Amino acid sequence: MPRVRVQPEDFDTGRELESLTRGRVDVGALASFVGLVRDANDGSKVSGMTLEHYPGMTEKALEDICAQAMSRWDLIDTLVIHRVGALKPGERIVLVGVSSAHRGDAFAACEFIMDYLKTRAPFWKREETPQGARWVEARASDDDAAGRWSR
Amino acid sequence: MVTLLYFAGLRESVGVSREQVSLPSGNSTVSMLVDELRSREGRWTEAFAPGRQWRVAVNQQMASLATPIRPGDEVAFFPPVTGG
Repeated sequence: MPRVRVQPEDFDTGRELESLTRGRVDVGALASFVGLVRDANDGSKVSGMTLEHYPGMTEKALEDICAQAMSRWDLIDTLVIHRVGALKPGERIVLVGVSSAHRGDAFAACEFIMDYLKTRAPFWKREETPQGARWVEARASDDDAAGRWSR
Repeated sequence: MVTLLYFAGLRESVGVSREQVSLPSGNSTVSMLVDELRSREGRWTEAFAPGRQWRVAVNQQMASLATPIRPGDEVAFFPPVTGG
């Protein structure tokens, strides 16, 4: 069962990933991705950001993305934790964890989940810069990254 | 009646986060609803002007202009997403 959480609080990466393997002996591979707030974007310093989301749809979208990953690859479990609210540079934004018998499935599914999350999960970043606050623009490169999974 | 929700930059453009509207006709689609919104005053015309990037979800599922809308539906408009 995909596990999905949307929360303002930080998470303990090690503990969360360990929850995918604890008490099991069939997991041969655990792939993970952690996204962090950078202190610069599009040529400006970034002093912080606020993440808005669409409560209800966000969780459904993430569960759907994980379910798609489970059906495309031979996975044991998936985990997605995404933070919302005010975040500072260096803070964690998102964690994706994927467990599988073998690394190929785990690596691919982890990347797939992030690529789909970037283009399909209803989150929006507003970043604070010296020129004022601005909404982050969606990137065509994110659409390209998601698109390659359907080719 | 349908519930309309607006998020992020689009919410700021129209100045509303949620509203209830009655459907333009019996067989409504997202396209017909957007035409209706565009015919409102300035900031609505602006927010949904051709060339402006926005996305729509019906009942919390990504949708398109052709998606049907029925009474009681939740229709959300928002900019392209930027999470992760």
